[in-house]
Amino acid sequence: MIAQLIEYMQYPFVVYAMVVGCLIALCSSLLGVTLVLKRFSFIGDGLSHVAFGALAIASVLKMSNQMLLILPITIISAVLLLRSGQRRQIKGDAALAMISVGALAFGYLIMNVFSTSSNLSGDVCSTLFGSTSILTLTGQQVAMCAGLSIAVIILYVLMYNKIFSVTFDEDFARATGTRADLYNLIIAIVIAVIIVVAMSLVGALLISALVVFPALSAMRLERSFRSVTICSAIISVVCALLGIIISILAGTPVGSTIVAIDVLAFLVCWIAGKAIGRTA
Amino acid sequence: MALLQVENLAVGYESVPVARDISFALDPGDYLCIVGENGSGKTTLMKTLLGLQDPLAGTIRMGEGVARDEIGYLPQQTQIQRDFPASVREVVLSGCQAKAGLRPFYNRQDKETAARNMERMGIADLADRCYRDLSGGQQQRVLLARALCAAEKILLLDEPVSGLDPRVTAEMYQLIRRLNEEGIAIIMISHDIDEALSFASHILHIGKQVFFGTKEEFLKSPEGRRFIGWEGGSAE
Repeated sequence: MIAQLIEYMQYPFVVYAMVVGCLIALCSSLLGVTLVLKRFSFIGDGLSHVAFGALAIASVLKMSNQMLLILPITIISAVLLLRSGQRRQIKGDAALAMISVGALAFGYLIMNVFSTSSNLSGDVCSTLFGSTSILTLTGQQVAMCAGLSIAVIILYVLMYNKIFSVTFDEDFARATGTRADLYNLIIAIVIAVIIVVAMSLVGALLISALVVFPALSAMRLERSFRSVTICSAIISVVCALLGIIISILAGTPVGSTIVAIDVLAFLVCWIAGKAIGRTA
Repeated sequence: MALLQVENLAVGYESVPVARDISFALDPGDYLCIVGENGSGKTTLMKTLLGLQDPLAGTIRMGEGVARDEIGYLPQQTQIQRDFPASVREVVLSGCQAKAGLRPFYNRQDKETAARNMERMGIADLADRCYRDLSGGQQQRVLLARALCAAEKILLLDEPVSGLDPRVTAEMYQLIRRLNEEGIAIIMISHDIDEALSFASHILHIGKQVFFGTKEEFLKSPEGRRFIGWEGGSAE
């Protein structure tokens, strides 16, 4: 098995896939803590459906670079959702359900009606659950994913303290003069970017898992915001790497393999957390 | 010169006023208690003072040398905070956030301010503990230290002792009194009329009848008598 893996590693596209996979996993885990604690986990899910709808439109329009359409649509939806979800919880919730299910239905409808592809169900399946292998990513996609991931990571590090303030106590931050609205907006945009980038790795339906699971796992074990963030990044990257390797060796779909390992990691952390007497 | 001058203020949500005709002034060293029945708009008033929502009418003027955001704030605890993984140090440091502006990281001065205020609140030894593992009284001290990092002149406290046991409540009031004696003007919302009357220098009663004056004036006023009778409490 090791020999087989080493043989695979000879090919540059395998290495690229791993690097991109790790970068995506890293940046998707970063905002997980904020999303979970602000009760925004569901927004990630809704946005991924929107991204799916946008992808359907982009593929029907036969755009050469689909990101150019998906990214702006998802960002706009993120801003709108975060705004509506902020004060009026119930309305925001219903709006989210409408947008996410609506986008899913229209996405599939558009793909079905206008598609020229001979393998429609295969196309739909791979956008929902991730391509059977990220090894099929084109050079352009790899570069774009890597670029966006690195941008997200840099932005996160620069805004780390502000994100903490706004997550821990938005009212206090606002009252003492922190521009909470601005930072919420930036958080929304970053979430949208993460979701679009992660869609190529795990598919639209599984993105939330990539965002939420590492954060929840880390929260079982660690006690400070910084250690939770670092721990969730490590868990996420390790799970992604393991998932990619297993999927290459066993021929399983990469997205669901990664998520399955994230779930296992959560169980391990949960038990470990109980064992050392930390309740979350 | 007053730190804070409020004139004919009306507060409420979506242009429906909850409380109106509120006027008062806060001078350095004052200890103002805001009292009133449930639903009389105490928390709405506080949010308006903090700039979290706009006044429906009237003006809020800050004294010379006090910026709009130089009011430290001790909020009622939210559910999010109860299970938030954060160390005491991280929470207290976040009080310095607004001063940092666009600077991405805290500098030495911020860290010294945080350390000083943790010392002041007697929580320096808890700095690396997780906030959610602390007792209610300890958590309030952490949030007070954070408020002190944000502002040194005015502190707004929203029901600072709710949910605390009697011993911790007494300690909390002592702590607030000590801060007041150190020269920080206090504005406190309280249900607890007895405590309000024993510590405060001024009382603002909101409701149908608005009263503002010193504690002694309040005790003699019709609002004061009615309120104390209504609460079933007694003044010292």
